[in-house]
Amino acid sequence: MRPTKLSVEVVTGERVVYAAEDVDMVVAPGADGQLGILPRHAALFTLLSAGEMRVKKGAAEQSLVVFGGFLEVANNRVLVLADTAERVEEIDIERAETARQRAQSRIADRSVQWDLARAHIALQRSNVRLRVAGRHRSRRGSHPPGQPEP
Amino acid sequence: MATPREIRRRIRSVRNTAQITRAMEMVAAARMRRAQERVRSARPYATQIRAMIAALSDLGAAVDVSQFPLLQHRPVKKAQLILVTADRGLAGALNSNVIRRALRFIHEDAGVPVEMVAIGRKGRDFFARVGQNMTAEFTHLGPAPTMDQIRPAITLAINDFIEGRVDAVYVVYTRFINTLQQQPEVLQILPIEAPSDLAESERVRDFIFEPSPEAVLQALLPRYVEIQLYQALLESIASEESARMVAMRNATDNARELIDDLTLTLNKARQAQITREVSEIAAGAAALGG
Repeated sequence: MRPTKLSVEVVTGERVVYAAEDVDMVVAPGADGQLGILPRHAALFTLLSAGEMRVKKGAAEQSLVVFGGFLEVANNRVLVLADTAERVEEIDIERAETARQRAQSRIADRSVQWDLARAHIALQRSNVRLRVAGRHRSRRGSHPPGQPEP
Repeated sequence: MATPREIRRRIRSVRNTAQITRAMEMVAAARMRRAQERVRSARPYATQIRAMIAALSDLGAAVDVSQFPLLQHRPVKKAQLILVTADRGLAGALNSNVIRRALRFIHEDAGVPVEMVAIGRKGRDFFARVGQNMTAEFTHLGPAPTMDQIRPAITLAINDFIEGRVDAVYVVYTRFINTLQQQPEVLQILPIEAPSDLAESERVRDFIFEPSPEAVLQALLPRYVEIQLYQALLESIASEESARMVAMRNATDNARELIDDLTLTLNKARQAQITREVSEIAAGAAALGG
C-alpha cells in the first residue's frame, strides 16, 4: 500500500500561493511555537504567527514566509489561510532590505511622530523575509516541490 | 447642406473617436478577464473562513458567542454605509446605478441616520457635490487592490462599530453576474450574521483548537469582515471593466453607423455639386451659342 502523505495548500485573500500533493512533513510557525505536522496528524485548527513555513517532500523542501493567519489540519490535508504569504523565491530581497532600513530609521527618529507600531511590524516582517531568503540562498540546489502558481 | 469638405472633416473626427473607443474596449476586456480571475482567487480563502466561523459559532456550549463584540446585535440608531464605486467614468450606468442604490438605502431602507464612507472617486465626488458628509474616503486603489489597501477602511468600520458610534455597517457595491449584467447590492458586514453550516460543525467537533476556540474565533471574525469587503471590491472592479467594455463597444458601433450615414451624405453632396457645375456649364454654353 502507498504510504500516507499530506496535501498542502497555502491561500491568502488574494491568491493561492502554493499547493502540493504527496508531502511528507510540514513545519509551520504556530502561535504557541514551531509546529511539525506529519501524515495522520490529529484534526487541528491553530493561529499562526509570522515566520518560515517549510514543506518537505522526499529530499526536496519548499520554504515560504507567512505572516499571521490560520492553519487547519484535517484528513491529511493541511490548509493555511495566511494574512500574507510568499514562496521564498518570490521574496524581493532589495525591497525587504529597504523596508528594514526605513523601519529602523523611523523607530530611531524621535523628531517626527512616526507610527511606531507600524514601523515595528514592518521591521519584523522585513527581518523574517531577509532571514528566510538568506538561509534559502545559502543552500541552493534543492528543487522545491509542488507546482508554482502560474 | 454642409459642404463636402466639412463632411469629410466630420468623418475623420468620428473615425478617430471610434479608434479610441475600440482601444478602450479591448483594454477593458483584458482587465475584466484579470479582474474575474482575482474574484475567483479570493474565493477559497473566503469559503474557508466562513466555514470555520459557521462551525465555531455553532459549537454552542463550547464557545460563548455573547463575548464577541463583532457578533453583537443591538438596536440600530446609526448605520454606516461603505459605497464602492469606480474611480473612472465611461462605464455606462454602472456608477449612477450603485449611487442610486445607495441613495435609496439612505432615504428608504435604513430608517436611521447613515454615515458615509466612500471607496472610489465617483461616489466620493457625488456625495461631495450633494453636500453629504463623509467619514472617510479611499480612492485610487488601482485595478488590482491588495487586502492591505483596504485594511484601513475595515479598521475604521470595526472600531466605529465596537466603540458604538454606529450599530451596523453595510456595503453597497456592484455584484458581477456576467459580462452583460451587473447588479448593485447592499450587504451587511457588521454585526456579523454568523453563517450556519451544520455539516461543517459536525466535521470540526473533534478539532483541537490552539490556543483556544475563543482565541481562534476572535481572530477569524475581523478576517471575515475584511474578506467580505475585499470581495465586494473585486466584484465591483470586474463589473466596472465589463460595463466599460460594453459601453465602449456600443460607442464604437454607433460611431461606425455615424460614419456610414455621413459617407452617404457626403456622396449626395458631392453629386449635387457635380450636377450643379454641369448645369452651370451647360447654361453658359447655351448662352454663348445663342
